[in-house]
Amino acid sequence: MRGVCTRSGSLSAADFYASAIYFSQRWNETNSDFPNWVWIPCSRLGAISEDEGYLVLEKVKLQTERNDSNLEELNNCDSSANDELTDEATLVDVHSHYAHLYDLHIAYSFTYKVPVLYFRGYKSDGCHLSLDEIKEELPSHSVEILQKSKWTFMTQEEHPYLNTPWYTLHPCGTGDWMKLLLSSTSYGENISLIQYLPAWLSVIGQTVGLRVPLELYSRS
Amino acid sequence: MEEEATKYIWEGAIPLQIKLHESEITSFPPPPPLMILGLRIGYLPLLVPPLKAHFSSTLPPGTDNVWFDYKGLPLKWYIPTGVLFDLLCAEPERPWNLTVHFRGSPGDVLTPCEGEESVKWSYINSLKEAAYVINGNCKNVMNMSQADQYDLWQSLLKGNMEGYLKISSKLKLGPFGEDSLPSEESEIVASSRPSRIPVRLYIRSVGEEIVDIEDAPIIDSWDKISYINRPFEIYKEEGGYVSLKQALKSLLPETFNTNSSQEESSTNVKDPNAPDFEDDNAKLRLVRVQGIEPDMDIPFFWLANCLRNPEFYLHICVFISKQPKLR
Repeated sequence: MRGVCTRSGSLSAADFYASAIYFSQRWNETNSDFPNWVWIPCSRLGAISEDEGYLVLEKVKLQTERNDSNLEELNNCDSSANDELTDEATLVDVHSHYAHLYDLHIAYSFTYKVPVLYFRGYKSDGCHLSLDEIKEELPSHSVEILQKSKWTFMTQEEHPYLNTPWYTLHPCGTGDWMKLLLSSTSYGENISLIQYLPAWLSVIGQTVGLRVPLELYSRS
Repeated sequence: MEEEATKYIWEGAIPLQIKLHESEITSFPPPPPLMILGLRIGYLPLLVPPLKAHFSSTLPPGTDNVWFDYKGLPLKWYIPTGVLFDLLCAEPERPWNLTVHFRGSPGDVLTPCEGEESVKWSYINSLKEAAYVINGNCKNVMNMSQADQYDLWQSLLKGNMEGYLKISSKLKLGPFGEDSLPSEESEIVASSRPSRIPVRLYIRSVGEEIVDIEDAPIIDSWDKISYINRPFEIYKEEGGYVSLKQALKSLLPETFNTNSSQEESSTNVKDPNAPDFEDDNAKLRLVRVQGIEPDMDIPFFWLANCLRNPEFYLHICVFISKQPKLR
């Protein structure tokens, strides 16, 4: 079932797949600084699914407090630098041993009929970050939101397709806030469900410090 | 009938023989294993108090980090004990021999369990999820009073069915198949919404050459098991009743893949001497729910109402053989 989303903040599995492919293509076209999102099809009992799977963005540097303060430190230390901001992408290459990297996966919840974010963080030596360490890194407003919001909170759960523990933002409130988001006038009427993931990520991305480039939202 | 079924489920228990892992035994002679009953609807970490009491004198110093394994496979603590048994013991083992560890939980494989609180959180979360599947929202669970939440959990801990029923009936989450929409929803909306049943499927693949399921090899990794947490949906207009077999096929479309394999066979040139295969890609070898192997024609809604767990999920263990390919 494809279609226009007006009443609920959720989407079908088929719509999730369509939106995921659209979103990853747009991202890969417009966002050369970041690695590509890749669709991993679900493989079960030797049969590879045509339309069930999840999106993966791996070893990405997020816009976290820690990485931002590294940026400041480096700016202050470098006495010969001019006053312009240095290119963040260059800094990653040169100083990547400071940066924590993250894996982000987006899977579909058949219960709540919404996307769900799963993520893990790594230190430079490859060790996993604990929940407390991740919370320390998150943008400060996001930690506040997570503590106060009844709509979203972070837990550790098993990844729906890999048999390992991942951190996740609980999806039970997603339908409610997506309904509000999609009905707001900035999206206009008759928003196609293919736009669901970029819209969803514009909110979720802020929680974990993932910047979504504005070009992604321009209609192609 | 359903009351009898509920009683059967609440009274169901697996005889367990739990030994302490040898690396954690500091006394001689080593302590004997603990013989204990694990409620089918319960969870292994809830057995820690009697286990701790039994083994504490021999444990090395340190903080507890309890986990269990069956023949080397770390056990997922949030899966009900009865489901683990039905899934992992192709041939029911009585007593079921498990190993308990108090140190060094494998954090790369198992989500951490901090005792009873973790299990309670997981249980309530599953209950919320089931409520969402059934009603389209989890308000009734979110709005439970602290006292009710406490009593519900205590009832589960102690295997107190009456206590549990008193509170769970307030949640108005069943029976499945009956209209549970609030009165203000319009008729039009009512008929367009499907009925949804919370289902958790655990699938094991067994080689076609294994004639007797009880000879299936031991599971040494969770990668050999497919877990599907997906509601079963049916629109009321579809009418009639759905059998267990039909429900399973709709939950596992690629596995059975009836339509496309029919198309393929009509376009391929068939060897007239080749044996005729079923249309399906896979064959159901065994289905277990609460230790029972139900008839495949049993009405699915009735099965779900009778055999669901206290968090309103129907857990189904399925053993499947893939069909050999046409050559």
